[in-house]
Amino acid sequence: MSTYNFDYLDELEAEAIHILREVAGQFEKPALLFSGGKDSITLVRLAEKAFRPGKFPFPLVHIDTGHNFEETITYRDKMVERIGEKLIIGSVQESIDQGKVVEQTGKNASRNALQTVTLLDTIAKHQFDACIGGARRDEEKARAKERIFSVRDEFGQWDPKRQRPELWNIYNGKIHKGENIRVFPISNWTELDVWNYIRREKIELPSIYFSHERDVITRNGQLMAASPFLNMDDEDVVFRKQVRFRTVGDMSCTAAVESEATLIDDIIAEISASKISERGARLDDKVSEAAMEDRKKGGYF
Amino acid sequence: MNILKFFTAGSVDDGKSTLIGRLLYDTDSILADQLEALQSSNRKNDDGTIDLAILTDGLRAEREQGITIDVAYKYFQTEKRKFIIADTPGHIQYTRNMVTGASTANLAIILIDARNSVVEQTIRHSYIVSLLGIKHVVVCINKMDMVDYSETVYNSIIEKYKVLAQQLKLEDVTYIPVSALKGDNVVQNSGNMEWYEGESLLHFLEQVDTDHLDRSQLARMPVQWVVRPQTDELHDYRGYAGRVLSGTFNLNDKVNVLPSGASSTIEKIEFFDEELDAAHAGESVIIHLKDDVDISRGDTIVNAAALPQESKLIEADLCWMDARALDTSIMYNIQHNSKVTKCKISEILHKVDINTLEKHAADEFKLNDIGRVIVKTADALAFDLYDDNRANGSAILVDSRTNLTVGALMFRAAVE
Repeated sequence: MSTYNFDYLDELEAEAIHILREVAGQFEKPALLFSGGKDSITLVRLAEKAFRPGKFPFPLVHIDTGHNFEETITYRDKMVERIGEKLIIGSVQESIDQGKVVEQTGKNASRNALQTVTLLDTIAKHQFDACIGGARRDEEKARAKERIFSVRDEFGQWDPKRQRPELWNIYNGKIHKGENIRVFPISNWTELDVWNYIRREKIELPSIYFSHERDVITRNGQLMAASPFLNMDDEDVVFRKQVRFRTVGDMSCTAAVESEATLIDDIIAEISASKISERGARLDDKVSEAAMEDRKKGGYF
Repeated sequence: MNILKFFTAGSVDDGKSTLIGRLLYDTDSILADQLEALQSSNRKNDDGTIDLAILTDGLRAEREQGITIDVAYKYFQTEKRKFIIADTPGHIQYTRNMVTGASTANLAIILIDARNSVVEQTIRHSYIVSLLGIKHVVVCINKMDMVDYSETVYNSIIEKYKVLAQQLKLEDVTYIPVSALKGDNVVQNSGNMEWYEGESLLHFLEQVDTDHLDRSQLARMPVQWVVRPQTDELHDYRGYAGRVLSGTFNLNDKVNVLPSGASSTIEKIEFFDEELDAAHAGESVIIHLKDDVDISRGDTIVNAAALPQESKLIEADLCWMDARALDTSIMYNIQHNSKVTKCKISEILHKVDINTLEKHAADEFKLNDIGRVIVKTADALAFDLYDDNRANGSAILVDSRTNLTVGALMFRAAVE
C-alpha cells in the first residue's frame, strides 16, 4: 500500500469522512437522518469509515411516512442490526393521529409534505443540534447553493440570503439555542458518483432500486407503484411493468422508471445515458420553478 | 480520474453564466428535464436560442433579478476528469462570495470582454485569485464574435493582462479566445480563429496538472476526533482521527503534537479495515502513536523535522464578510482547522483598494473590505504561511454574538 492513487471517489470519500468527524467534534447531540435511500445508505458506510472501530457518535433517525416501500423497511431493520447502532423512528402517522398535521386529500395526495412537521418534532423532542443528511448539490438548483453546514432557525427554516460563507475546509458549526444545523457530507457528489461508490464498496441496497415487475398506474405522465397509499379511482388502469426506482421516498410521490437494469453495472450504464435527472422522477418538485427552494425554507430536508 | 475544482468570477455582462452553461451544455451535462425547464422559461437570447445562463441561477431572487448573488456549485464530468465549478458573482458588493468560491479552487477562470479589454473588475477578480493563492489562471477573452474574431484585439488584451499578472505575481497564466455564446473554443476548437493554436478551454481543463500529491515536507494532521471504543477486546485502543492537510506521514516517522510539543513516533496508520504504510495529503485516516501522550480535538500532529510556526501574534490578510463592521475592541473566535480560540484584531496595517490595488491606512473594516491586520490569539496557533501551505495557513473569524462567519484570514507572517 505504498502507492498513492487518490482518485475522485477517494477524494469525495475523504472529504465526507472529514465532515462527519467535524460533526462529531463540534456538536453535542447530532443525528444521522436515514431514509433507506441510496444516499443515506452511503452516509452509513462513510460513518463506518469515519468512526470504526468505535461506535457512531450519533443515532440514525428515520422519518417514517407510513407509506413506505416494504423493501425499504426490511432493509433498514436488517442494516441496523448489522451495524449495531441506535435507530430512532419519527412517525408521520403519529403526527396525524395527534392532529399536528392533516392528511392531504385528492388524487395527488401525498405524505411527503407532512414529513417536515414530524422531522421538526423529532428534532425538538431529542434536542438534536445537527442533522446529517444525504442531499447533494447536483440534485436541484436551490441545493446547488446550500452550504455543507446549513443553519436552520428554531422553526426549521433555511434562509438562503443569510447563509454563512464557507471557506476552505473549515466548517462553522456555532449555533444559538433552538437552532440546528443540517449537514450534507456528500454535497459534492453526483448521482453517478454515488452509484460508482456503491459499486466499488459493494454496498447492498434495497431491492426496489433494481429492475422488477410491479403493478403500476400512470399519473401525470409518470409511472407510480399501485398501492393502498395512492388515491386511485376508476380512471386509473393498473398494469404490470418492468420497473425500478431511482430514489426511495414516500410511495405516493416516488415515480418508477421503466428499466431492465438488474445489476449495478446496468444501472450505471443507464444513468450515464439517461436523459432524465433523478429529481425529475419526484412529483414534489414539479409544482413550480421554485418548488424546492420553498420547501427548504420551510424546513424540508 | 481525479477532480479539478475551478472558480469563475464575472459579472452578468461578461457572459460568465453563459460560459458555464456552455460547458455544461456542450459536454451533455444537462439532462432532458432540466433542458425542458430551460426551454419553457421565457428568458431567451435575442436570436431566440435558449439562454444558457439560466442554468446557474439557482435562487428565486436571482432569477427575478437576473443576477448571481451567491456561490453556486456545479458539477460535470468528462471521460478524463470530474469538475466542480464554484460560480460566483463578480460585482464588488459580492467580494466575499468570490473569496469564498476561490478558497477551495485549484484553478481560476478570469473572463475579459474582448470589447472592453482589461477593466476595473478584471483587476479585482485577479487580485482575489492572487490573494487566495489559486495556482492556475485561465484568462478567457470572451465575446470574440463581437470583435470579428480579431487576433490583434486578442493580442493587445494579452499584453495588457501580462502587466497585471506580473504585478500580482500570477505565474501560471493561460490565454484562450472564446465566444461562450457561440461556443468557439469552449469545448470544440473554433473554425473562426485559425490563428489561435492553443487548446479549447475544456481540453485545457482536462489536462492541467491538479497536483493532488503534495510533496512538501509539511506533514500536518489536525486531530478531529479521538476513537476510543472502550470495549473488552479493544480496551487500550486509542486512535487519532483526522484528515491529512498536507505532506505525507509514514510509519515510524517522528512527529510532534502541538501545542503541547510532545514528541512520539507513528506506530500505525489505519483506514477503516486497512492498515497503511503512509497517509498522504487529502486522506482521512486514523493515526496511532507509540507513546501515551495526551491528545484531543484541536491538537495537530506534525512532522517533527518540519515544524510549523507557533505564535499568538500573526500578520494576516483579512477579508471582512459581515454587514456589521469589524470591532477592534471586542473578541472574536478564530477557527483554524479543528482548533478554536479567542482572538482580537489588534491592529489594521492597511486596506487595499481592490479596484486599483492601492494600499492605504484605515481604521475601519466593513463588508467586503480586504487588507492586512495583526491578529492576537488567546492560545498560540500552529500554522504555516498561506503561500507555503494553504490548508494550514488559513482561518475564519466567528462573531460570538451572532455565530456568523465574519472574516477570512490568510496568514502571512508570525510577528516576532
